Amino acid sequence: MATFTLRLRRYDPESGGPPYWDEHTVELDSHRSVLEGILQAKGRFDGSIGIRCSCRAAICGSCGVRINGQPGLACHTHLDDALASAADGVIEVEPMGNMPVIKDLIVDMDAVHWKKIQEITPWLINREPIPEREYLVPRDAMVDVTQSMACIQCGACVSDCLAMEVDSQFVGPAALAKAYRFVGDPRDAEPFERLRHLAENPDGMYSCTHCFKCVDACPKGVNPMGQIMRLRRIANDDYDIEDRNNGYRHEHAFVKNIRRNGLLHEADLLPDSYGGKFHPRAVPELLSSLPVVIRGLLRRKITPAKALLHPHKASKEVRAIFDHVESEPKRYELNLYVSGDDKDNEPAGAVAEGAKQ
Amino acid sequence: MPEHDVLIIGAGLAGQRAALAAAQSGVSVAIMSKVHPVRSHSVAAAGGINAAIDVSDDWRSHAYDTVKGSDFLGDQDAIEVMCREAPGEVMHLEHIGVTFHRNERGELDLRAFGGASINRTAYVADITGQAILHVLYEQLLKHSSVVARYEEWFTTSLIIADDGACVGVVARDIRSGRMETFAAKSVILASGGAGQCFKPTTNALICTADGMAQAYRAGAPLMDMEMIQYHPTTLAENGFLITEGARGEGAHLLNKDGERFMSKSAPNKMELASRDVVSRAEQTEINEGRGVGPDGKGIYLDITVVPRKRTLEALREIVNIGKDFAGVDITREPIIIQPGQHYIMGGVKTDIDGQTPITGLYGAGEVACVSVHGGNRLGANSLLDTLIFGRRSGEHAAQRALSTPLPRISDAALRRDAKMIEEIIARPRSGRRVSEIKEELGTTMNSHCAVFRDGPGLQSAYETVHRLKEEAEHAYIDDSGTVFNQDVLGAIELGYMLDTAETTLAAAIERKESRGAQFRTDFPERNDAEWLKHINTTRGADGEPEISYSPVTITQWQPEERKY
Repeated sequence: MATFTLRLRRYDPESGGPPYWDEHTVELDSHRSVLEGILQAKGRFDGSIGIRCSCRAAICGSCGVRINGQPGLACHTHLDDALASAADGVIEVEPMGNMPVIKDLIVDMDAVHWKKIQEITPWLINREPIPEREYLVPRDAMVDVTQSMACIQCGACVSDCLAMEVDSQFVGPAALAKAYRFVGDPRDAEPFERLRHLAENPDGMYSCTHCFKCVDACPKGVNPMGQIMRLRRIANDDYDIEDRNNGYRHEHAFVKNIRRNGLLHEADLLPDSYGGKFHPRAVPELLSSLPVVIRGLLRRKITPAKALLHPHKASKEVRAIFDHVESEPKRYELNLYVSGDDKDNEPAGAVAEGAKQ
Repeated sequence: MPEHDVLIIGAGLAGQRAALAAAQSGVSVAIMSKVHPVRSHSVAAAGGINAAIDVSDDWRSHAYDTVKGSDFLGDQDAIEVMCREAPGEVMHLEHIGVTFHRNERGELDLRAFGGASINRTAYVADITGQAILHVLYEQLLKHSSVVARYEEWFTTSLIIADDGACVGVVARDIRSGRMETFAAKSVILASGGAGQCFKPTTNALICTADGMAQAYRAGAPLMDMEMIQYHPTTLAENGFLITEGARGEGAHLLNKDGERFMSKSAPNKMELASRDVVSRAEQTEINEGRGVGPDGKGIYLDITVVPRKRTLEALREIVNIGKDFAGVDITREPIIIQPGQHYIMGGVKTDIDGQTPITGLYGAGEVACVSVHGGNRLGANSLLDTLIFGRRSGEHAAQRALSTPLPRISDAALRRDAKMIEEIIARPRSGRRVSEIKEELGTTMNSHCAVFRDGPGLQSAYETVHRLKEEAEHAYIDDSGTVFNQDVLGAIELGYMLDTAETTLAAAIERKESRGAQFRTDFPERNDAEWLKHINTTRGADGEPEISYSPVTITQWQPEERKY
């Protein structure tokens, strides 16, 4: 048993006053959760502390909060871990961000989270004809969508989404992860329409800035950003849907550039990102970057010879890295459910035995 | 005053399925829940859902396994309905989007589960309840023009008209504190179980017996309330559930000598005997000094015999629970478990269409007792129960509403409940705290109404609950606000739990035999001659539970000795 001090962000909408901090000291084993700490404070000292909670085991998604500034589930954070990340020996618990606070640690999820979910047509649009028995679909496809199905709608990813912070219209990580659950589902009739809608919406899937906040925040390993990247790749690779931010071509230009040069050749990267030097799309981009190029020359950041000829070529080692990566059998990237390798098919006991010897 | 043809209380699987079914008939439907629907406790159901889908399976085999699992206390007409309709229901779920895992041919994969004679359990990893609950909620969003949702509304009582019919409810908007009378032609209770009467429990904090107590106070009988399921594999410290799917995938139970002790009590089914049998075997090992862990009160669950990749893919949630809540990598080492309170087979007595003896009042899911589970529920039959009888209740309630006029009701019940809340808030800080009383209730029930019971223990628990009921009348709270006053709701829930625990103890004292989950050390044998019958508890004029009996319906399977 150890003692922990919790500093809770309180707000009473009926008082007319501003939010304030409220400290309570609780006694619990250190591997118990922050939620259990809050519930002890609520049970022993102050029943008016407001927090949604139910299952205590990270499956109902009720108790999303920020602990020492990090979004997550209160039931899924150990007290000792929370203490380790506390700035001054006191565990600080606040309501989630990006959503209005109703009372204490309770936020208005309807106003943001659930509204966004509704934007992505969050139900299966059946592929016809509907079979008499089950749809016959590949085994791996169902395992694959189970990762986004594992989302418990706790809102932790929404809480700290940086893109949403600057663009409140952004459909956001939770809703986009939910969108993958349908796009990746072979039973859905309209993956193309779903993707086109998310691509054409200026606050759709291309507004994600790739900051990884949602990946860190998610208590269930759903990896919302990974799902967003998969939506983008499927849109480009399978449906020829144009990436309005040019990120897809930029990524490919980058890989091609390094494979050839080993070091980045900036003069090629920009035009290649727009389809090559002579592509009509590239011309205005090249012209608009002329002032930057001229300033670079004047300040001797680059020389004409280096900029245009780029004498550096990819070394054997760089080519070996490419060969190695490209020879890997194709895997469902970022999907926790089907990652692993063949030795994981052995009974784990045997693996553990082997490790002991 | 909001008015609806069909009003459903509770938005777990039973409630949402009822709402969607009722809406098919074109009546006006509303669903009300004290939490957002996806927070409902159905979300925690892990292992799967049973249905005789396999070509070599037959619903009669499923029904027989269920009857045997129930220790012959289940009503066989209801069990036949459930098992016959199961394959169609699972296909319906598949069609609306549940991501059931597949076999190599792309068909639904089926896993082994306790008490089943064949692999019969369809599943989504070990988040089956979550997957189904979220998909049903997708359907509620799709049908939001025909199903009104009252999310985060707390029901304070059922309204019973002078002619004895249920005509609506009183509820409080948790967010604003506003009280409202809801008129309805049919009310379906789908508000879940009573696990919080016990500590520890696998059940969520919201499982506070609301619907059972509301129906009981309105005069409905509660049936089989003594039948409390202790799940064989829960974490010792906090009661968290380790899915039966782990044993379905091949995990072993071991005592301190490393012995697979299930060979003694269930030589054929071993770890996959029905839950009451496994829990008793574990408790016997513990009581006789062969337990493990620091206090010898645990049993090893060894999942390392399952291929690691399979564990990561199909049992991912418990990999996380082991890591996060017990500090154990279950793919590398055994985890310590023990029997823990998990489910209540009993509930508000209903027929196969969900009708209770109160006109206009229906029940479905854990709150209800049809009875398909009798003395012991099989794993993966609870999701099935919620969906089959949720749908049937919804359909029947909608049909009834088509030929029933909308009731006219006064605001008397609303004024009474509003006054009750004011009184709770105004209580002086002289009695005990609500949380203390709840704690004592939980530990009392877990000490005396668990895997093994006896008359004196049950009697002492009954007296404790009586005292707690008196103390609860004066228990004080801290929050006097209206917005999200969870404190006052906690005081109301405590009353629900105490009433319900009282009926459980009364029925457990009454049943002087051992059957299913009720094992009386003072009456260790099953006694079909005297006790092959349901025990009903009804609230008497003095507020005490009154006992009556109803017969068990037997269609094709005569009681026989139960061996696994």
